Amino acid sequence: MWAANGRRDTDVSAALEGGEREMMAIKLPIYMDYHATTPVDPRVVEAMVPYFTEHFGNAASRNHPFGWEAEEAVEKARKQVADLIGANAKEIVFTSGATESDNLAIKGVAEMYREKGNHIITAVTEHKAVIDTCKRLEKEGYRVTYLPVQKDGRISLDQLKAAISDKTILITIMAANNEIGVIQPIAEIGAIAKEKGILFHTDAVQMVGKVPFNVNDLKVDMASLSAHKLYGPKGVGALYVRRRNPRVLLAPIIDGGGHERGMRSGTLNVTGIVGFGKAAELCKQEMGTEGERLRKLRDYLNDKLHQNLDEIYINGSMDHRLPHNLNISFAYVEGESLLMGINDVAVSSGSACTSASLEPSYVLKALGAGDDLAHSSIRFGLGRWTTKEEVDYVADKLTHVVVRLREMSPLYELAKEGVDLSTMQWQTEGH
Amino acid sequence: MAYSNKVIDHYENPRNVGSLPKEDVNVGTGLVGAPECGDVMKLQVKVNPETGVIDDAKFKTFGCGSAIASSSLATEWLKGKTVDQALAIKNTDIVAELSLPPVKIHCSVLAEDAIKAAIADYKKKQHAADAKTEEKQPQPTV
Repeated sequence: MWAANGRRDTDVSAALEGGEREMMAIKLPIYMDYHATTPVDPRVVEAMVPYFTEHFGNAASRNHPFGWEAEEAVEKARKQVADLIGANAKEIVFTSGATESDNLAIKGVAEMYREKGNHIITAVTEHKAVIDTCKRLEKEGYRVTYLPVQKDGRISLDQLKAAISDKTILITIMAANNEIGVIQPIAEIGAIAKEKGILFHTDAVQMVGKVPFNVNDLKVDMASLSAHKLYGPKGVGALYVRRRNPRVLLAPIIDGGGHERGMRSGTLNVTGIVGFGKAAELCKQEMGTEGERLRKLRDYLNDKLHQNLDEIYINGSMDHRLPHNLNISFAYVEGESLLMGINDVAVSSGSACTSASLEPSYVLKALGAGDDLAHSSIRFGLGRWTTKEEVDYVADKLTHVVVRLREMSPLYELAKEGVDLSTMQWQTEGH
Repeated sequence: MAYSNKVIDHYENPRNVGSLPKEDVNVGTGLVGAPECGDVMKLQVKVNPETGVIDDAKFKTFGCGSAIASSSLATEWLKGKTVDQALAIKNTDIVAELSLPPVKIHCSVLAEDAIKAAIADYKKKQHAADAKTEEKQPQPTV
């Protein structure tokens, strides 16, 4: 393991009461929010450094060695990214990140294939980069179907088939969800799309680099990727755009110098792209062992929490799930107060209180678990630097806080008295 | 979200967590909010029938740190106040004391609602008890 950067040293024995003092010192705060972002791997930083100062050329400068060096570095990275997903280097379009990639794929197809149809199919649990892009297109006269998900978080293939019409030009369904880590039946969706002659885009940000993802096996026509989710730098992403069988054409959303074969103008972020390439290469090499290691740690965390606490519920399928994700609702305890109790652990909650909108997670609501459980949820994202000691610390601390908060929860008290909370009349107006 | 030190203090060391006997005629219980909204507060007051002063107050809250702090603070303030003084507590007082940001003002509103609900429950019980006592009085003969 590498030393994590910038974390302050704190002896865990000082932070835990009694009994735990024999534990090895770990660094606090603990980062367990790897779905939000990941630290840049030091090996990636090392690869990037020369491109800030020494090889600073513009990859589009065709007339001198500075430009050639930069272009060569970009093409090497393009190959590294393509290799991670089984694509050809010419099928990789570099962008500023996955939000741009999603926009380019959806708006690019919508404009280019307008003659063919105006219908797009997506799902209610998609990332906002997809949902809000679709909402924008609805205002421009496109029709969008937002497929519901089943209790396990996956879409129904029958509902997908039923939604397809002769006006459908695009299906956009994410590979793995950013909150619950649930993996959609991508290969099956790809097969349906291919059979119907409809383009298939997938936001693969959370999945690529973590578990095998091959654009040909999965019959994906476009895939959005992001460097900072796989131990690369922020501000750089890519869109995979299939060139053969079929050749996907996209209208650009950014006009300019015609970079990236006209699909994405703008001087290339050479340094970021070099880092993305290196990060992709490392993921390809290490994904197998790392995925297994994280799956074991995740299962250990899950088992430990279930042993310590009753009435905790896993959100989404455990069978079709990223190995490093866990999303659990702790009944009768509100998520933000839980986060406050474990303030030396970085995780996320689906609680309304953690968002400006005061609405709980729309992803968890879509699972049909009820708003109360959405408010009580915590997302754990494990990653390259997560250790067993950290998992132990998080599980123990969380258990302690849940027990404490349940003691002061009126819902827990009512439930223990045998009151069925779902049948109670609550005063909901105005809150 | 950054919390004020007072919110953190109430969250870490909540005052008066617990329950008073609901059926006690001198206890008023307020249960406000809803689980699907992410906030439920139970606030109870025990009133001294002789003096009309709130002797004891307890709370239990399902909600964020600011909701816990608002109800904890409310119980602190309620003790030693008369019922009428208690009704004069405003959510804006709680906002000011805890330095709640705008997005958390609803927590203070809920605490004020909980106080009012607890006192309304207490008064209702008192009326019912008075009516019962009157019934038991021997009726004067005419």
